Amino acid sequence: MSKLEINQLSKRFDDTAVLENVSLVIKDGEFVSLLGPSGSGKSTLFHLIGGLFAPDSGSITLDGEDITGKRGKISYMPQSPSLFPWRSVLDNVLLAQELKEKPNRDKAIEMLNKVGLSEYKESYPRELSGGMKQRAAFVRSLLSPQKAMLLDEPFSALDEFTRMEMQKWLLSIWEEAKPTVLFVTHDIEEAIFLSDRILILGDRPATIVKEISIQFSRPRVEDIRLSEEFLHIKREIYQILRSDSHD
Amino acid sequence: MRKIWIPAVFLAFLIVMWEVSTRLFNIESWILPAPSIILQEAVQSWTNYQHHISSTVVLTLSGFAIGVSIGLLIAVLLHVLPFVRQMVYPVLLLSQNIPIIVLAPLLVIWFGYGTLPKIIIITLVCFFPVTIATLDGFRQTNRELVHYMKMAGASKQQMFTKLELPHALPSIFSGLKISATYSVMGAVISEWLGASKGIGVYMTLASSSFRTDRVFVAILLVILLCFILFGAIILIERFVLRWQYVKGENR
Ligand SMILES: Nc1ncnc2c1ncn2[C@@H]1O[C@H](COP(=O)(O)OP(=O)(O)OP(=O)(O)O)[C@@H](O)[C@H]1O
Ligand SMILES: [Mg+2]
Repeated sequence: MSKLEINQLSKRFDDTAVLENVSLVIKDGEFVSLLGPSGSGKSTLFHLIGGLFAPDSGSITLDGEDITGKRGKISYMPQSPSLFPWRSVLDNVLLAQELKEKPNRDKAIEMLNKVGLSEYKESYPRELSGGMKQRAAFVRSLLSPQKAMLLDEPFSALDEFTRMEMQKWLLSIWEEAKPTVLFVTHDIEEAIFLSDRILILGDRPATIVKEISIQFSRPRVEDIRLSEEFLHIKREIYQILRSDSHD
Repeated sequence: MRKIWIPAVFLAFLIVMWEVSTRLFNIESWILPAPSIILQEAVQSWTNYQHHISSTVVLTLSGFAIGVSIGLLIAVLLHVLPFVRQMVYPVLLLSQNIPIIVLAPLLVIWFGYGTLPKIIIITLVCFFPVTIATLDGFRQTNRELVHYMKMAGASKQQMFTKLELPHALPSIFSGLKISATYSVMGAVISEWLGASKGIGVYMTLASSSFRTDRVFVAILLVILLCFILFGAIILIERFVLRWQYVKGENR
């Protein structure tokens, strides 16, 4: 249905190589996290997948179709909520649909109810809290017609408590339709809690240094955060990140 | 807005001072009439100048509408054609150093004393603030939102109608507010050049017969016209940009 494949992708800006031979495959309905230090090129990878600019070499395919440099093929949730201030919440979440097809208002209202924004349908973004904005931005990408989703550190601007709430909430929504997700974060716990698989991106130029499968059963419960296995994975990832930044 | 009474009191104080000093120093009313005399004249000879008002209002509004439309059109054209923009924009900026009024006699030679040269003058003074403000608005389009639209696969047209234009609206409105005042000024000045009706004409007639009170009535009318036009635009702005006026924690 929507299998995202990235082959030997490289990108440099001026003299700095940001990505070098990055390859990865995300299966249909898989939730994969990309974990890497700040400035390692995570957003750049997303911009390449989204066709914002072309890679220097390599290719990106979605369900076998070459989408390298093509825009509008994936649904995208940017690092900042990027809601349009003059649109009501309802009109905001319909935007991605609007660009491609006739928007489905009933579906949007239903989704807003589900994420607890029903009372804010007609409000403007500035009336929402940070967490609510992120939820609205997430609904927008869920409603957009493309099947694969790229989420760029959606919760990094939130406080610890709200972030954990949002992670639970995100999983509960994701469980329903199981879209293919590539999720960028630099929060180790977040990656473990959410993903089927974690790809660790090394620094400058970024390559995938390690891949870790997360075996916790779904739907996931909060308690796994405190389990021995969770801490074990966390330690493992921590050491990989640390050793990578030392050499 | 709650502090509005402070300047209001100050203004009232100035008017009272004016009234008192004209009486105290026996200033002759052809030099400086007291506010009470001006008011009296304004009420008394309403029927005399009423037709002048409507003429100026019509002229101002049509000039404003045409000027603003042309201003918007130029801004959009320059925005979508970067090459033309590079060529025209500096010339446009330079042209603003010419006081438009010096072109007036030329316009009279070419187009006579009818409505056309007057509309041209108002258009010339009106379009520029709108063009500049609109271009500024386009240029300042939030980069994050541009990124988002591109990633979402927006076409050029969608980019314009769904992002750039609504994003520029607050700037466009500041341009409109400046143009509104300019259009009233343009109308009055163009009437000085030769017209049969209008506040400008009423003013010239009053001035040449040393009816200073009437000159003040005309000034008052011009100020009122400016305020009304300005107020109307603010009302429309409040409605169109209502998202800016809702309570919110940020920006
Ligand atoms: N358009 C660009 N032109 C030049 N350099 C760029 C551009 N975009 C990104 N870079 C550089 O590429 C590197 C990677 O940036 P990127 O935004 O992809 O990092 P990131 O992993 O998303 O970081 P963060 O976690 O802070 O969001 C940075 O050093 C950045 O300065
Ligand atoms: Mg980033």
